[in-house]
Amino acid sequence: MPNLVEIRDLHFSYGDRPILSGLRMDFPRGKVVAVMGGSGSGKTTILRLIGGQLHPQAGTVNVDGRIVNTLALRELYALRRKMGMLFQHGALFTDLTVFENVAFPLREHTSLPEELIRSLVLMKLQAVGLRNAAQLKPSEISGGMARRVALARAIALDPELIMYDEPFAGLDPISMGVTANLIRRLNDALGSTSILVSHDVNESFAIADYVYFLSQGAIVAQGTPADMMASGDPYVRQFVHAEADGPVPFHYPGRSLADDLGLELQS
Amino acid sequence: MIAGLVRAVGRGTRESLSNIGFATRAFFAILRASPGILRRPRLVTDQIHFIGNYSLVIIAVSGLFVGFVLGLQGYYTLNKYGSEQALGLLVALSLTRELGPVVTALLFAGRAGTSLTAEIGLMKAGEQLSAMEMMAVDPLRRVIAPRFWAGVVAMPILAAIFSALGVMGGYIVGVQLIGVDAGAFWSQMQAGVDVWQDIANGIIKSVVFGFAVTFVAVFQGYEARPTPEGVARATTRTVVIASLGVLGLDFLLTALMFS
Repeated sequence: MPNLVEIRDLHFSYGDRPILSGLRMDFPRGKVVAVMGGSGSGKTTILRLIGGQLHPQAGTVNVDGRIVNTLALRELYALRRKMGMLFQHGALFTDLTVFENVAFPLREHTSLPEELIRSLVLMKLQAVGLRNAAQLKPSEISGGMARRVALARAIALDPELIMYDEPFAGLDPISMGVTANLIRRLNDALGSTSILVSHDVNESFAIADYVYFLSQGAIVAQGTPADMMASGDPYVRQFVHAEADGPVPFHYPGRSLADDLGLELQS
Repeated sequence: MIAGLVRAVGRGTRESLSNIGFATRAFFAILRASPGILRRPRLVTDQIHFIGNYSLVIIAVSGLFVGFVLGLQGYYTLNKYGSEQALGLLVALSLTRELGPVVTALLFAGRAGTSLTAEIGLMKAGEQLSAMEMMAVDPLRRVIAPRFWAGVVAMPILAAIFSALGVMGGYIVGVQLIGVDAGAFWSQMQAGVDVWQDIANGIIKSVVFGFAVTFVAVFQGYEARPTPEGVARATTRTVVIASLGVLGLDFLLTALMFS
């Protein structure tokens, strides 16, 4: 199977509110695929559906030949061992040191001797440039560093699939560049597949092999970053060039200003 | 008007039943997740240290002061009937049967229960529990079950410490300050307190309260809305539900044990 993840005819809603409708996506092995779109477009929901934390109302999510939404809990947990996920704010365990955070999945899923765990953790921390911060607590490091520690933790078990939820949000330009570079480098070094959910155009386009654009729960455009830059699609153009108004309106939909002010338009 | 009232009562009843059913399922889910801690007892002992040790000071000081008050009040009442020699018995029975388990459970809900709810709720708000799930680690097994069993173990120990210090408090006030005969104080206690009827029943009560308070605390934390307001509300609910639950259970258990 050339694609590690395949999504087919996926429908998902929170109660009566539809989030995703008729989604079809492919995530080829070894590639970095960006899923982009405005806030509330359903990007993070896709990651949670792939990870099995949410269940779709219809359609399938296929990961490495297994239909995620039909797996029993035990099978799902077995499949998750092949996945790593970087959460938007890192989601580090605040009562553990940086070292213990990275060691956590190794201690939970392996019975490796302590010496080997130490070596592996230090190697992962070396890869993200934070070996010397191993004994610090999450409260003692910056947001960008926390994101890198979370990345080291996500790759602790050398996963086949790494999912990144808004990895650039709230980072300064240097941290953003460092993080983007790490995502690409680690993906190639580990031979894994990366799904990058982001709305940061420059950084995502710089490292992604393929891009999906999402709006109101549906794919509105897809292609390579170069295709997207050249795209004439109004939504993609508005998004890529950060235009204030366009298919995504500036004003929240509802009554007009004239209605609210009680004005009558003269013909 | 009447139709609206009936609808409201029906809706309330249905929601209450649904909540009870949900909580019961959560309780059995915690029990199912519990065998894993036998392989890693360190998870529980760490939590016993956290929950038990940090509650020790408030429990010890409260026990001592409750003993002081029992010594004073008991002496004033017994003295009217010339029975001040029975002060030791009154203090010991009050503590082992009722005050030890009940007051410890109420203090435990306020000190350790709120701390558990807030900790778990904040872990949820910070996506730490989601991160665990995505690392193929069951939060029920790794976070909830160890804290639950640590509370169940810590409660009777804390209640025993409370009662022991309460007896010491009664002794200090009754014997050392007021002058009740020390021999009468201890011998009456020794003769009147039954190991099974009084002490064992007190221990059973504190174990039951341990189950109730700790379950309420971990459940409220696990089900808290992952927002600052949600965690604050869950913490308040822990104190209210656990305290009322302890008082209700105490009445039931007392009726069963001593009737």
